[in-house]
Amino acid sequence: MHLTKEEEAIFNGERGPTLQKMMEILVALGDIYGADSLIPVKSAQIAGVSYKTIGDAGLEWISDLKGNAVVPAALNPMGMDRDAWQGMGIDRHFAEKQEHIIKAYERLGIKAECTCTPYYLERPKFGDHLAWSESSAVCFANSVLGARTNREGGPSALAAALIGKTANYGLHIRENRYPTVTIKVKEPVHGAEYGALGYLVGPQVGDGIPIFTLKSTPSEDELKHLGAALASSGAVALFHVLDVTPEQYILPHDRIDVDSRELDEGWQTPTRYFLPQNRIDVDVSAVKELMRKHEEPDIIALGCPHASKEELEEILRTLKGRHVKKEVWVCTGRSLGEKNQALIDELRSHGIRVLYDTCMVVSPAANHFKKMMVNSGKALKYTPSMCGVDTIIASTEECIEEACR
Amino acid sequence: MILKGRTVSRGKASGPALVSKEAISFLGGVDPKTGNVIEKGHALYGKNVKGRVLVFPGGRGSTVGSYVIYQLKKNGVAPAAIINIRSEPIVAVGAIISDIPMVDALDKDPVEVIRDGMTVMVDGTAGTVEI
Repeated sequence: MHLTKEEEAIFNGERGPTLQKMMEILVALGDIYGADSLIPVKSAQIAGVSYKTIGDAGLEWISDLKGNAVVPAALNPMGMDRDAWQGMGIDRHFAEKQEHIIKAYERLGIKAECTCTPYYLERPKFGDHLAWSESSAVCFANSVLGARTNREGGPSALAAALIGKTANYGLHIRENRYPTVTIKVKEPVHGAEYGALGYLVGPQVGDGIPIFTLKSTPSEDELKHLGAALASSGAVALFHVLDVTPEQYILPHDRIDVDSRELDEGWQTPTRYFLPQNRIDVDVSAVKELMRKHEEPDIIALGCPHASKEELEEILRTLKGRHVKKEVWVCTGRSLGEKNQALIDELRSHGIRVLYDTCMVVSPAANHFKKMMVNSGKALKYTPSMCGVDTIIASTEECIEEACR
Repeated sequence: MILKGRTVSRGKASGPALVSKEAISFLGGVDPKTGNVIEKGHALYGKNVKGRVLVFPGGRGSTVGSYVIYQLKKNGVAPAAIINIRSEPIVAVGAIISDIPMVDALDKDPVEVIRDGMTVMVDGTAGTVEI
C-alpha cells in the first residue's frame, strides 16, 4: 500500500506509540484486503463498548492509549443507561467497569454518545467515506444514504478516529457496490414485516449485496429495520431497493442492463438499472407466519436499532392515552431523547421505560426476562443467544396492545 | 531454512513452535489468564501458548479475540510470535496492539513445513521465518 510521507512518519513512530499502533492497524488491514492507499473519513463509530462484550481485556487496551480523535467519533451502545443503570437491575461492579470504559474513550476525544443510529446525530451525505462499526448503522449508511463504509472492528474504527483515515478497499470502491442477487417480494409488506423479511432472507444472502424489488414503498424506518435484520441474520453491509435507494442505478460495465419496458407487471421503474440473474423469490406468507406466533411476553422491548423520533411518536400515538401493564423498554440515543424531551416525558408518564445509551441486545439487564416481544428482526436474531430469552416478533401496534393487556 | 512472507506485525522473536491445522478463536478458545487452549475438541486443547511460536491457518470467531490476545500479553502468557497461512483482522489487529511479531503469506505452507517443538525465529519487520 502506498503511504504519503506524513503517513510513513506516523508508521515509523515519529508521532508517538499510540498513533504508530493505529497506523499499523490501518496498514495491516489495507494489506490484507489489497488497498492501494489510505483515504480520509468524515466520521468514525466505534464498537467494543459494552463491558458485557469486551470485558477487562478491552478496557485495559483502551485505557493504555493516548491520543485525540481528529474526526467526529461516537460509540456503539453499552451495557446500561449511564444515568439510570440502578433502575435497570445492573450490579455496581458492572456499572463501575462500564463507566471506566466510557471514561477511557472520552479521554481519547470520543463522544460518550452510545448509539447504533449515529446517523441521527449527524447525517452522512451521499458519497461520504466513513469508518463505522455497528452492523446496522453500516448497512443504513451504505444503503439508505449512499455513504461508504466497511464494517469496521472496534480497534480499526478507533484507529480511523485517531488518524482520520481508513484503508481504501471493499465498499469504499464503487465497483464493489453492485448488486449480486435479486430479491423479489411479490406482495406488499409494511412496518415490522420489513425486519422479519430481512431476518428470513439474510442467511440466504450471506455477505452478498441484494437488490430488492418490492410491491410497497418502504419508509426510512422500514429500511432501517430491513437492513439491521439482513446485517444480523446474514452479513449484509449494503443493499439496494429498486426505485427507493440512491444507488440503484449503478451498473457494472461488464453486465447488460435491462430496459424498463422489459419489466413485468407494469412497475414504475427507472430507465436503466441492473438486476443480477441470481434470484431469490420471497414467500411473503413465511414473513406473516413468523409474525403470527403469539405467546405472552414478560417484557416488550422496542428500539432496536435505536428508535427515531417518528418511531417514538408512533409508540405514543398507539398508546392512545393508556398506561402500560407490562415491562416495556424503548431504547434510543441520548441526544435524540434530550432534543425531544417532551415526547420522552410523555412516554415515561405512560409507564414506559425509555433507555438511553444501551439496548436489549447488549445490556445484561435483559437476561432477567424469559419471553421478549420485539418489533425488530435484529433483536429477534440476537436476543435469544445474547440474553437467553425466548423472543417473538410483532408489529409495533401489537407490541403496544400486548403491553396494555 | 528461511521462508519469505509478509509483515503483519513488526518485531523479532523466537521460540518452540506450536502448530495447529485448525483455525483459532481466541475469545472462548484461549484462557487470557493462563494461555491454555480451552476450546473443547480443538486440536490444541490443553496445550499452552506462552512463549511459543504459534502456527495456524488464521483466526475465527468474535472480533473481541483481538483484545484477548492483548490480555494474554499483559498477563505474560502470550505467544512469542504468530505465523498464519493467511491473516484476517482479528488476529492481525490483536498481534499489532500487543507487540507480537507476526507474518503471513509465506512461500511454503507453514502448517506443513513447521513441526511442533521446532525452534522458529520470526522476523515480523522483514516478513521472514527461519526454521
